[in-house]
Amino acid sequence: MHDKTLAELATGLKTREFSSVELTHAYLNRIQRHQALNAYITVTEERALAQAQAADDRLAKGEGTALTGIPLAHKDIFCTLGIKTSCGSKMLDTFTAPYDATVVERLDQAGAVMLGKLNMDEFAMGSSNETSFYGPAHNPWNSECVPGGSSGGSAVAVAARLAAAATGTDTGGSIRQPAAFCGITGLKPTYGRVSRYGMIAYASSLDQGGPMTRSAEDAAVLMQVMAGFDPKDSTSVALPVPDYRASLDDSLAGLKIGLPKQFFSDQLDSRIAKVIQDAIADYQKLGATIHDVSLPSLNLAIPAYYVIASAECSSNLSRYDGVRFGYRCQNPADLTDLYTRSRGEAFGAEVKRRILMGTYALSAGYYDAYYLKAQQVRRLIRDDFKRALTEVDVLMGPVTPGTAFKIGAKTADPLQMYLEDIYTIAINLAGLPALSLPAGFVEGLPVGLQVIGDYFAEARLLNIGHGYQQLTDWHLQAPVQPTQEDL
Amino acid sequence: MSLTTDDVKKIAHLARLGIVDQQMNDYARDLSAMLDLMAQMDNLDTTGILPMAHPMDQTQRLRPDSVTETNQREAFQAIAPQTEAGLYLVPKVIE
Repeated sequence: MHDKTLAELATGLKTREFSSVELTHAYLNRIQRHQALNAYITVTEERALAQAQAADDRLAKGEGTALTGIPLAHKDIFCTLGIKTSCGSKMLDTFTAPYDATVVERLDQAGAVMLGKLNMDEFAMGSSNETSFYGPAHNPWNSECVPGGSSGGSAVAVAARLAAAATGTDTGGSIRQPAAFCGITGLKPTYGRVSRYGMIAYASSLDQGGPMTRSAEDAAVLMQVMAGFDPKDSTSVALPVPDYRASLDDSLAGLKIGLPKQFFSDQLDSRIAKVIQDAIADYQKLGATIHDVSLPSLNLAIPAYYVIASAECSSNLSRYDGVRFGYRCQNPADLTDLYTRSRGEAFGAEVKRRILMGTYALSAGYYDAYYLKAQQVRRLIRDDFKRALTEVDVLMGPVTPGTAFKIGAKTADPLQMYLEDIYTIAINLAGLPALSLPAGFVEGLPVGLQVIGDYFAEARLLNIGHGYQQLTDWHLQAPVQPTQEDL
Repeated sequence: MSLTTDDVKKIAHLARLGIVDQQMNDYARDLSAMLDLMAQMDNLDTTGILPMAHPMDQTQRLRPDSVTETNQREAFQAIAPQTEAGLYLVPKVIE
């Protein structure tokens, strides 16, 4: 049951092959058996079974949508009314959200069942899930390795079949990199396509929610419900949402693929390069043509990103003051002590680094040198992409410079961790959509292919992903499930 | 560019962020390394380039000036660390 696609599950539910309650129990049992993967921060068993019962009632009446009765899970960055929403931080360990995120509300209305809340890097700051207050989630392909981050728990849950699909968020690669490390499909939509309302903010001009699934087709099903204009999000874009499934089978003949030369430099592991080249050769079999393109400002994406993301983070996270919600220190001597100690005791090291960095970059006298400069570089990077995307339909390249690394291997040097996102970060700066597809393995660990499209070209990206997944079976590979005793 | 532990103390104060003394050196080292990384941007001439705030250069949407939110004080205060009579409690500010 847990190996079925979302479309197969929907058919099974509609034809009463199984009920949503049975399906939900099956997933809850799997979650229980694979606790050692640490994918979930909170399992909402009671609520899930109540939602499943309601879904079964709805289905019995012949009502329901493509997601009614299907068990999903949310990254713990999405606010869920009355349920702990931790954002992977001690700061919000006792926080119960007073409202639902729009993404959560939309999926609830579609009748999806929420199994629980998924592990993540603290406040989505990290590329390995190791900055989580709840400890790292483990990669199901090798439990000694990281699952990537920040949506690490989401990637683990989908890869290990602990949820039929999951939500994630991507500020600098946080959907695509864990999707690549865990061998699943992840879509980072265009900035403004999916509502950010109720999605705990890290860097507001970069954050974007999206689906993490086992196939492009599943991503289309989830995206259909997640996407759309939301008046509660001031940066939400009011454009109609296309039918993402309708164009999945469109021909890829004549597709113009651009290969940015900066994506294939010496920094790329040659074994990963080989996987990507093979995938591109598969696209040529489907009728695509290959073109060289250049993104000359790309090398400045990481410095620009860490200025902008840190600056926005320091501003966003100033709301955690120990007064209105979240962690409060014991016996504060005065108001400054209350702020300082509450924040000092509840934020982890990576969050602190970025708050300090952002505070410095925005402090008097430094604004022009850092934030303004980074915003100018950001425009040059965006213009590079726009230029390239007038020459070709999509860009392709790797998602990550290597495969999943060992837990602890990169924690000593924060900068080394930042370089993990070298192929993903620029896309957030440009605000473009990008898809991560499983494209092969290196020494038993999955490798992801990245497909970058023009603004609001999600349907085309999913079509391109689906075409590849009709030709190959990388997305059907499942990790051998480690049992509790193995870990 | 290199930051000293005194610089870190100053920034931490601006951010109202408690950093324990033993970790000051680590933060000074890490932040200095981040600044070196950011200094790569200095080599690029950006004269006349308009800073980019939104990928589609979209401006903030306006809405009619009408009440859309209802008062949810009780729900919001239910999750506060300390409240009394509908007010948030903090240590005494004025003696």
